[in-house]
Amino acid sequence: MNLLDIEHLRVDLRSRERRGAPRTVIHDVSLTIAPGEAVGVVGESGSGKSMTVKAVMRLLPRRATVGGTLEFRGTSIPAMPGRDLARFRSQLVSMIYQDPRAHINPLRTIGDFLIEGVVASGQMNRAEALEAACTLLRDVGVNDPQRRLSQYPHQLSGGLLQRMMIVMALLPSPELVLADEPTTALDVTVQSEVMAILTEQIRERSVGLLFITHDLDLAAAVTDSLAVMHAGTVVERGPSADIYAAPRHPYTAALLASRPSPTSVARPVSIPGRPVSAFEAGEGCAFASRCPYAIGQCRTERPEPRTAGTRTVACHRSDELEAVLAEGVRA
Amino acid sequence: MTFIAKKLAAGAATVLASSLIIFLALSRAPGDPVALILGPHATNAERAAMSARLGLTDPVLVRYWHWLTDALHGDFGNSLLYRQPVSGLLGPRLMTTLILVGLSALIAVATGVALGIFGGVTPRARPLVSAVTGVGTALPGFVVSSALISIFAVNLAWFPTFGAGHGFFDQLWHLTLPAIALAMSSAAYVAQMTAAAVNDEAGREHVATATGRGLPRSVVLRRHVLRNAAIPVLTVSGLTAASLVAGSVVVESAFGIDGLGSLLVKSVASKDYPVVNAASLVIVIVFVAVMTVLDISQTALDPRLRERA
Repeated sequence: MNLLDIEHLRVDLRSRERRGAPRTVIHDVSLTIAPGEAVGVVGESGSGKSMTVKAVMRLLPRRATVGGTLEFRGTSIPAMPGRDLARFRSQLVSMIYQDPRAHINPLRTIGDFLIEGVVASGQMNRAEALEAACTLLRDVGVNDPQRRLSQYPHQLSGGLLQRMMIVMALLPSPELVLADEPTTALDVTVQSEVMAILTEQIRERSVGLLFITHDLDLAAAVTDSLAVMHAGTVVERGPSADIYAAPRHPYTAALLASRPSPTSVARPVSIPGRPVSAFEAGEGCAFASRCPYAIGQCRTERPEPRTAGTRTVACHRSDELEAVLAEGVRA
Repeated sequence: MTFIAKKLAAGAATVLASSLIIFLALSRAPGDPVALILGPHATNAERAAMSARLGLTDPVLVRYWHWLTDALHGDFGNSLLYRQPVSGLLGPRLMTTLILVGLSALIAVATGVALGIFGGVTPRARPLVSAVTGVGTALPGFVVSSALISIFAVNLAWFPTFGAGHGFFDQLWHLTLPAIALAMSSAAYVAQMTAAAVNDEAGREHVATATGRGLPRSVVLRRHVLRNAAIPVLTVSGLTAASLVAGSVVVESAFGIDGLGSLLVKSVASKDYPVVNAASLVIVIVFVAVMTVLDISQTALDPRLRERA
């Protein structure tokens, strides 16, 4: 059984104004995570990546309505009663946030932050939790864990704080970790270190990982499969290596072409236009206005995701463009 | 420890500087104590003699020095109006005012914080809380005083209509209505600020982290929302409590209480400068004391301030 099943997820936000029309922030997101599998979700800002994670955690704002299915080990997440939800959040999934400085209470000690969850859920008592936290801190390369436990967040560097977040996430031994751009707020030099620690720990414990990032290279390197999001829709899904080598959706291809390369002096090709939000997308394909291959049909009819083999692509022309897009990556 | 010592020293310095400013300001104020004592028909020789006796012929800084050294020994001079030592006039009135202000601060902070938390955590109740606090802030102290007297003192006769009473419990009974009247607008203000602080803190990202970890709502509220909101609420409560000292003047005259505020008003009107001087200084001292306690407790609540301290 899959760890996480998301099928045709749709999220609408009711307007704050009394008569305002609801805004669609997620159109159609489908993805699955098998136990121990690492799945990357890639897309520009505003594409709905974080909203997807919030929907999984049931942390969406009150004015959001959720459609489609969200299941954890076959149990519907939106239908979970309070007690199951508390167990789900405290023991089965953990979340690592982008900005540890904002996401950790500045007035509480690191020790408090780390063990609060497992103590409140009754998984461990205080002494056991502190012991386990120390062990984990050493595993992620933190020297002098005892001292760290009594320190406050403002006394730690961003990289160290994010390691604390990783330890917090792993302490309850969850089955799934959701990481929402875990390295974006960090210095470039610290990024790779934190990423290495995270992936190492995840693999060692065979924990499932949902890794959200806008960095396609990073995602391809650390995940088994990828979902590329654009305007609240997963436009392409499949094994990471395959997508990286041969994108089937023009948007994925454009993302790959827009990366600066360490080995070539060629100028990265930017994607024309600005990122489109889900609620701005009209009748047709949301990418049509920015797509060099768009035809009439693209502007009038939204492409449904179609699965062929291990790949799922939402593009009218994916079959005919296969060779062209693959060529673009090699060039 | 050194931090507390520093705060205390800063407080003492503030009081000292204020005493100089008050003294200088009063020495420049219109009105002549000699004329007040001797009346309009005194001769020039009598005036000069009285001036010399009061020490008014010395330069102002010398007079300040004399006053300060005396004051440090507990002698604030004699009242021109009552012809008694100022310290004897101030003592019992200060006690009355401190009880009034203390009781009032307790009422203001307790009801304000309770109402504010209620409004902050229950979005549906917010309009109601805003309406109540809006009315509370808008009502002037003397209107509330009159209303309370007419309802609870005259019609229901639960409380006395005026006076401060004798003995601690009698004083509490006498000062309950005045304290409520004094607390009303401050309670409303504290409630508004508390509601805003709780609402702010509830929207922080680390609160989402705590909720996402499956912590019970009550734990999230206590350990992450209210704990963090306590810092701004403490600041507002402290400032409000300190401002009650100044606000006590109106309520004391409405309820006929012989306290520090009414003494100050009377002395200013009769140009009784030694009393004005001492009473103003006492108000400054109370204010500075509250601020110092506030500073110290803020540092205790916020680890980020501890390092700088």
